[in-house]
Amino acid sequence: MNWHGIKSIYKFEMARTRRTLFQSIVSPVMSTSLYFVVFGAAIGSRITEIDGVSYGSFIVPGLLMLSILTESISNASFGIYFPRFSGTIYELLSAPVSVVEIVIGYVGAAATKSIVLGGIILATANLFVDVEIMHPGWMLLFLILTAITFSLFGFILGVWADNWEKLAIVPTLIITPLTFLGGSFYSISMLPPVWQTITLFNPVVYLISGFRWSFYGNADVSLGLSLVMTGGFLFLCIGVVWWIFKTGYRLRI
Amino acid sequence: MSGAANIISVSGLGKTYDDGFEALSNVNLDINAGEIFALLGPNGAGKTTLINIICGIVNSTVGRVTVAGFDTVSEFRQTRSLIGLVPQELTTETFESVWDTIAFSRGLFGKAPNPGHLEKTLKSLSLWDKKDSVIMSLSGGMKRRVLIAKALAHEPQILFLDEPTAGVDVELRQDMWDIVRGLSDSGVTVILTTHYIEEAEQMADRIGVINHGEIILVQDKKSLMRELGKKQLILELDEPLDAVPTALASYDLEIRAGGNEIIYNYDTQAENTGITTLLSDLREARIYFRDVKTTQSSLEEIFVGLVKRIK
Repeated sequence: MNWHGIKSIYKFEMARTRRTLFQSIVSPVMSTSLYFVVFGAAIGSRITEIDGVSYGSFIVPGLLMLSILTESISNASFGIYFPRFSGTIYELLSAPVSVVEIVIGYVGAAATKSIVLGGIILATANLFVDVEIMHPGWMLLFLILTAITFSLFGFILGVWADNWEKLAIVPTLIITPLTFLGGSFYSISMLPPVWQTITLFNPVVYLISGFRWSFYGNADVSLGLSLVMTGGFLFLCIGVVWWIFKTGYRLRI
Repeated sequence: MSGAANIISVSGLGKTYDDGFEALSNVNLDINAGEIFALLGPNGAGKTTLINIICGIVNSTVGRVTVAGFDTVSEFRQTRSLIGLVPQELTTETFESVWDTIAFSRGLFGKAPNPGHLEKTLKSLSLWDKKDSVIMSLSGGMKRRVLIAKALAHEPQILFLDEPTAGVDVELRQDMWDIVRGLSDSGVTVILTTHYIEEAEQMADRIGVINHGEIILVQDKKSLMRELGKKQLILELDEPLDAVPTALASYDLEIRAGGNEIIYNYDTQAENTGITTLLSDLREARIYFRDVKTTQSSLEEIFVGLVKRIK
């Protein structure tokens, strides 16, 4: 195992966060805080409790997921796309690092940033609404699993994209709508039956449901199903990354 | 190892891209440890593809490459850790400092941090005072040096320089040559691709010529120059001649410059160059000259001749 190689990639990616602190940390914390002010304090105070939880508190897990998904994808996709765009990828491809080491470096750094960001957003949420975590172990597990899974997804996106537009299109046109429609701001039980069924095809529902359960003990779908779906998506991403390196897709011609 | 002196061995190597373009065809090449090997060829000849396959950036379609006896595919960790690559394009990071980028390169190649080595490398490339500078603030020449520093950060035994002096000014080119000679003196095997023949002529121990994806010649530079290099004796005449006199017809002579010059082509390797008898025969034919000079064909002329011959 090339530990120095992994450490170098990891440090390099983390250094980018330090250089772009405003964009990496302050900006997502700011936008999430605005959600809490608008939906939690202002509008939320006029909305009745959902499953015994005040609306402001109810949206905390969903908003956390929204940030973690978006940031994991954005960090990991940029991390691998930029060397491809600038041409510095030659060094990575000519270095004695394996697929596993490259992925640990890039995905590990992206997931770390998301997890740290999640912690900061959680602390920020506490300033606006009451947050209770009934199952902290499960909460942490979902947080880490989601961060890793979507960082892997971001890595795949960064390899697939061959221009900046493609890099932006997936988070904007697919991930954000899926997260908004996946129960970030409501329980899917509040939807008409037809839409409840349709919503179950949205994989983000399972992430948010499991995550919300770890906070308040209420879930739209069973905990087991949430775990299976999250784990399933994780293994799907691992499979795609393995295929990318095996075939050299868009990396090694 | 495939041979005691070989550090790189390429056998039966071929590369056909997805669009059907055959970049390399049955390339066989051995690089000796410690030598400076220049790979010459026109644009699109396959030089970069060959380097990229050896370094692991491009997959070959057929054939095998070994570095220090290790297979570049199945034993890539061993082979890649021995190689440093300076790419043709100025592909540096943008926002990182010089120090951070070379520390990154060293780590990426599996080496433990060694600030002493990095300092030595930066000093040898006149980059020490730029170590904290952000790369994008550097000039093109400085960026080229940064690329060399990155390639040397992990103390490679083999250094690939892909068109190292493309687009650099004369002063920097001279510096580059000095750096390469210094590396060679320290035991590093250097493989450089270039289409500046002058570069190969100045620096290389051996020369390989590649064209249309095929190696058409690999030879010691000196013997190549000797074998293929023509030498000419140029005699500037007192009075112009219309044609070569019949008495001198047995010599390989040309009349040039409106009859004011006689050119004699001769073989430097021949037992008898014929110069003495030619001069004596000229005197007998009452042809007098006021100046004499000799020229030798450059590697560039040899190269053009070779490529034409293959066509």
